[in-house]
Amino acid sequence: MRYAMAVDTKKCVGCSDCVVACQTENNVPIGYCRDWIVENVDGTYPNVEIELRSERCNHCDNSPCVRCCPTGASHIVEGGIVLVTHEKCIGCGACIQSCPYDARYSHPDGYVDKCTFCEHRVKKGDQPACVAVCPTKCLYFGDLDDPYSDVSQVLKHRKFKVLAPEAGTNPQIYFLT
Amino acid sequence: MREELFVSGRDIPNIDPYLNIWHWQIPIYLFLGGLAAGILFFAGLFTVMGKEKEMETTVKWATFLVPGVLILGLIALFLDLKHKLFFWQLYTTIRLESPMSWGAWVLMFITPLSIIWVAAYIKDIIPQWNWKFGYLNSFEKWVNSNRRPIAWVMMVFSLILGIYTGILLSAFNARPLWNNAILGPLFLISGMSTGVATTMWMSKNHTERKTLGKIDLVLIGIELFLITHMIMGFLAGPTVQLEAAGLFLGGDFTVSFWVFVIILGLVFPAILEIMELSGYKVPIAIPAILILMGGLVFRFIMVEAGQLTRYLY
Amino acid sequence: MSNRRDFIKISALGLGGAAVAASSYNLMGGNKLFAADKKPLEFRGHNLKRFPTYCEICFWKCAGWTYVNENNEIVKVVGNEEDPHCNGRLCPRGTGGPGMYYDQDRLKTPLIRVEKDGKQTFREASWDEALEYTAKKLKEVGEKHGPECIALFNHGSGGKYFGDLLKGFGSNNIAAPSFAQCRGPRETAWIATYGEEVGSPEPTDIRDTRCLVLIGSHIGENMHNGQVQEMSDAIDKGATIITVDPRFSTAASKSKYWLPIKPATDLALLLAWIHVLIYEDIYNKYFVGQYTYGFDLLKDHVKNMTPEWAYGKTTIKPDVIRKTAREMAEAAPAVIVHPGRHVTWYGDDTQRVRAAAILNALLGSWGSRGGFYLKESAHLPSIEHPPFPKPRRTWRDAYPGQFKLATLALASGICDATIPTSNRDCSFKAWIVYGTNLPLTLPNMQNTLEAISHLEFMVVIDTMPMEITGYADVIFPECTYLERYDLVRTSPHRDPYLALRMPAVEPKYNSKPGWWIAKKLAEKMGLGDYFPYNDITELLDWQLKQVGSSLEEMQKIGVKKLDRKGGNLYYTRGEDVEFNTPSGKIELFSNELAAENFDPMPVFKQHPEPPAGFYRLIYGRAPMHTFSRTANNPNLTDLMKENSVWVNPKVAKLWGLKTGQNVWLKNQDDVVTTFPIKVRITERIRWDSVYMVHGFGHSDKLLSRAYGKGASDSEMITHVMVDPIMGGTGMRGNFITFLTEKPVKEVES
Ligand SMILES: Nc1nc2c(c(=O)[nH]1)N[C@H]1C(S)=C(S)[C@@H](COP(=O)(O)OP(=O)(O)OC[C@H]3O[C@@H](n4cnc5c(=O)[nH]c(N)nc54)[C@H](O)[C@@H]3O)O[C@H]1N2
Ligand SMILES: Nc1nc2c(c(=O)[nH]1)N[C@H]1C(S)=C(S)[C@@H](COP(=O)(O)OP(=O)(O)OC[C@H]3O[C@@H](n4cnc5c(=O)[nH]c(N)nc54)[C@H](O)[C@@H]3O)O[C@H]1N2
Ligand code: SF4
Ligand code: SF4
Ligand code: SF4
Ligand code: SF4
Ligand code: SF4
Ligand SMILES: [Mo]
Repeated sequence: MRYAMAVDTKKCVGCSDCVVACQTENNVPIGYCRDWIVENVDGTYPNVEIELRSERCNHCDNSPCVRCCPTGASHIVEGGIVLVTHEKCIGCGACIQSCPYDARYSHPDGYVDKCTFCEHRVKKGDQPACVAVCPTKCLYFGDLDDPYSDVSQVLKHRKFKVLAPEAGTNPQIYFLT
Repeated sequence: MREELFVSGRDIPNIDPYLNIWHWQIPIYLFLGGLAAGILFFAGLFTVMGKEKEMETTVKWATFLVPGVLILGLIALFLDLKHKLFFWQLYTTIRLESPMSWGAWVLMFITPLSIIWVAAYIKDIIPQWNWKFGYLNSFEKWVNSNRRPIAWVMMVFSLILGIYTGILLSAFNARPLWNNAILGPLFLISGMSTGVATTMWMSKNHTERKTLGKIDLVLIGIELFLITHMIMGFLAGPTVQLEAAGLFLGGDFTVSFWVFVIILGLVFPAILEIMELSGYKVPIAIPAILILMGGLVFRFIMVEAGQLTRYLY
Repeated sequence: MSNRRDFIKISALGLGGAAVAASSYNLMGGNKLFAADKKPLEFRGHNLKRFPTYCEICFWKCAGWTYVNENNEIVKVVGNEEDPHCNGRLCPRGTGGPGMYYDQDRLKTPLIRVEKDGKQTFREASWDEALEYTAKKLKEVGEKHGPECIALFNHGSGGKYFGDLLKGFGSNNIAAPSFAQCRGPRETAWIATYGEEVGSPEPTDIRDTRCLVLIGSHIGENMHNGQVQEMSDAIDKGATIITVDPRFSTAASKSKYWLPIKPATDLALLLAWIHVLIYEDIYNKYFVGQYTYGFDLLKDHVKNMTPEWAYGKTTIKPDVIRKTAREMAEAAPAVIVHPGRHVTWYGDDTQRVRAAAILNALLGSWGSRGGFYLKESAHLPSIEHPPFPKPRRTWRDAYPGQFKLATLALASGICDATIPTSNRDCSFKAWIVYGTNLPLTLPNMQNTLEAISHLEFMVVIDTMPMEITGYADVIFPECTYLERYDLVRTSPHRDPYLALRMPAVEPKYNSKPGWWIAKKLAEKMGLGDYFPYNDITELLDWQLKQVGSSLEEMQKIGVKKLDRKGGNLYYTRGEDVEFNTPSGKIELFSNELAAENFDPMPVFKQHPEPPAGFYRLIYGRAPMHTFSRTANNPNLTDLMKENSVWVNPKVAKLWGLKTGQNVWLKNQDDVVTTFPIKVRITERIRWDSVYMVHGFGHSDKLLSRAYGKGASDSEMITHVMVDPIMGGTGMRGNFITFLTEKPVKEVES
């Protein structure tokens, strides 16, 4: 099993619903976030283009954050989900330094936190909160090993990219372009 | 015009707008680690070479600083932890892939080792010292009669410690400024240089100072070579590394790097040491302090600037 | 002008509790909204209870579930899968609903304005006292000037209760800013053309459309949920989107064609499109023949309105106008020329939307799949009560011979008629304000404040210490929608639906639901008979049982679909339809407008352009905020704290502006924004205009997160172009310039 997410930049409207939904679902404190939206504007009026991306931890296949963690707090569970065990985390910040996507933050309670792919929902068969709320349905989540999953299907039919592939982390969030 | 912005107002403390998760504690920790490694390495080296007599400060007196330096370093590291009460989790596992982990373990070994090393010398300072417990007295005897093998172990560990201070940063692929193979050896050499400078400063013995001066000159030379090499590497690298180098070549860190690290921290003390070696009277404290300061500033700059550099996408 | 009613500042007594709460919140870092529930994630979500609601953060009214944990704390609000307004997915504002409940700045207890040591201040009062006092004051005004001198401004679910109260008292001056400041011109235009209004939610069949034409409708930023969702479906299905907007809106970025029109010239473009359809003979001949009236007159009318003619006005190239018209014709009838929603732009708005209505008729999209579906709503009987007395006067008497085609009261009209003039025999003397923040909502803020200063009494029912509350004599704190029952939602859709709102938790602080406040007030005014129930649940249960449901059922399911009674979702071919217009047909030539001496077919008029050094101020929505009401919501301010003024790079260069720099805006009437606003330099805006999001620049310090964040567009809208047909307030004819230094304010004595 290999969970992954695809983000359709052609449909995302940058509304940030995925951000609030994550906040209320996962008790992310105000002022912090596990996902966020980037808007890239390119061109000169009136020939302009926008790319909107909903970003979060990439649950990298080759995850430097897990490797550099001195206590094993950062670890990988079934489906390639990268998690942090709060009780094991000493808050050394190494994983934050190691992430090319700035996907982690230091929780005000001391431990490091980040997107969990809503593992608590996914293991019950639900979609992650951000995916379930997105009004444009531009987030696709599922198992890459299952050719019929939403994410496999959409990746089969669309062009996509990942972020900073040269960082060598083998990220598992795909951006449909 | 190209414009990139966060629609959802990302403004996470210490992460946005740029990473600033490691503050003063980490450069201090790296500096103290390097310093300790430098002192211990040469203490070990000259013990192995059998030069305890000629190099008494190096082998004996300077090492008295080390336990304190290491403990201060550990305190700095501890202060940096955001989830302090879970500190002990560091020692529930060994994770070889994590420099932070083996760094913690190396310190776990080298700190007691350095304490043992100086404890067995304590009677040289306070002759009437009494260990009170018999087994401690016999342990002291054992240490003093096994100084050479212990020195070997100490050298190995201090090398690991010295390299570790650089690898801790260079292992982070995500920060283009840190991510280069030279940072490990560079921090090692720089640490040794600060160790030697400290020892030199403490030493009252003219020949010992001369030997240390020569060693230090070689270390400074290597350091300058490595730094040149590192910058050349950046300039030949991809955009992100070019940008990283840019911080030192016209960017925010240009003055602090070239003036405080290169000129005041390396070139100028080297000149002073050459003058000293060629017979001019130079108060040895000046080059020593400059070298220590340069080493410290260097680590501050590297930690700070490295967090500013990132992948672009 | 001396304000009888001073705006009460933070030093006011009786608000100490709020200030203390605010600072203790800030001590906690101001970030632990849901601090009590600190269990690890994995265990959250197990013991949650859920209660049905429908959202009150905008007027799309999505139905959802409020989730509550073991400690009776609201943890989240999630859409109801059965609801066609949201399909289980709330928009960011709805998802951020808990922030409205948790906002520590909320109104907490009834407040009464008193004078103390020569200073006006609020003091806390019991409900009984505040209600008694309000009843007395309203009756006084009624006795002195007649009940018709009392007006209700409302925007929100509770408006109905206060409306009944007022009608029972003898006044039907009930206005909402959603008419003259919003969709009024559209409804009047649609009635003139189709004999019925567009209504809310708009019956646009976007999910099945092949071509969607957005004229200023910035769907995606305008986060009206169903439309956003269906636009995304349409993108998936490869529909063509044509967006007309001087700004590169989010929708424009998803469009095949973006027409960066010169502002205020849309009517020329619409007429040229009509011209192309007719003169290229590509209009929907069947539909036009079957259902419309006045085609030949229209054909004649647009004869010279060629794309070349429009090019000179709109700056849109003739070939683009032709190409896009052909795209529409090709897709017809599965095409939607969106009627827009906030359409009060330039004072000729009814005519502009009329042109869009005509265009739709030529394409045959009304009543067609992929065009406009034939909506239907559930109907609940109203409970019997004594008939309302007939008012002797209405707001219309203040405007003799004017605005006859306004279908609802004009909020701006009532506001203006509150300022006494020699030619009106009675002006308004008391306002009841429910859920509308008039100083930021009505154009010309100074005018609104002046009107307020002439009032003898004003009671405000709100949830937050918004600007309007600072001018009230009595403030009633309503609990949020998550803490109360309201009337069953029956708004139209493809099928008729019922949706229930019920409390998920007890009202926080000393707040109460709107129905309770209105009923108690009515009782104290001797009007209790108009509220013939003890508790609203009795009313709801009775009403629901009349349509085969019950309160108990609705508490479990939240949303219920009823069967359509009115036939098909679309017209069938050849179907005879009687439209509610003078001719019984869709009127391309409007007899109604002609009878009132207005242009029966839209005529383009040139609007003034910004003078040198000035830029047209256009404004709109940010997806994560609703007007000014969410500006203090902790969840939503976390997404967007303040607005910025969008400036084209060329303009920025001219002025030496930098992104992030603070500027003050000054308009053509020398009005300067109270607060500075940050510059955003972007290619997304024309060089003759600037753009900002409406709803920021709050001046009430009790709004700890919103105070002084960004600037208010409302402050800059001092020039209002009133639509002669229905009284809409055109607000986009204001021009601003930049002040890079903090303006020196004259000291007030
Ligand atoms: N997130 C969010 N969504 C909302 C609301 C909210 O508060 N927040 N409010 C809801 C309500 S009540 C309403 S009425 C709607 C309003 O939303 P809409 O009816 O969609 O939009 P408008 O406010 O009319 O127009 C804003 C757009 O018009 C463009 N514009 C400005 N001048 C011109 C012009 O001269 N010509 C053309 N063609 N375009 C122009 C602006 O650049 C901007 O993109 O939004 C609804 N949806
Ligand atoms: N300058 C400018 N003016 C505009 C617009 C614009 O874009 N620019 N848009 C226009 C449009 S389209 C519209 S529809 C109107 C909207 O106008 P309004 O509906 O007045 O908009 P808000 O500013 O959101 O004010 C809503 C008020 O209701 C309160 N409130 C929220 N929830 C509740 C509740 O549950 N109960 C009670 N009692 N009160 C509640 C809020 O605290 C706030 O004071 O504004 C119009 N005016
Ligand atoms: S909820 Fe969906 S549309 Fe909105 S920002 Fe997130 S990904 Fe984009
Ligand atoms: S995105 Fe960052 S935090 Fe997530 S797995 Fe990759 S490296 Fe780790
Ligand atoms: S901060 Fe926590 S999760 Fe991150 S590396 Fe350190 S111990 Fe591991
Ligand atoms: S998957 Fe879950 S944790 Fe990750 S961003 Fe989405 S909602 Fe947040
Ligand atoms: S569109 Fe959003 S704010 Fe409006 S009712 Fe629906 S969820 Fe609430
Ligand atoms: Mo509106």
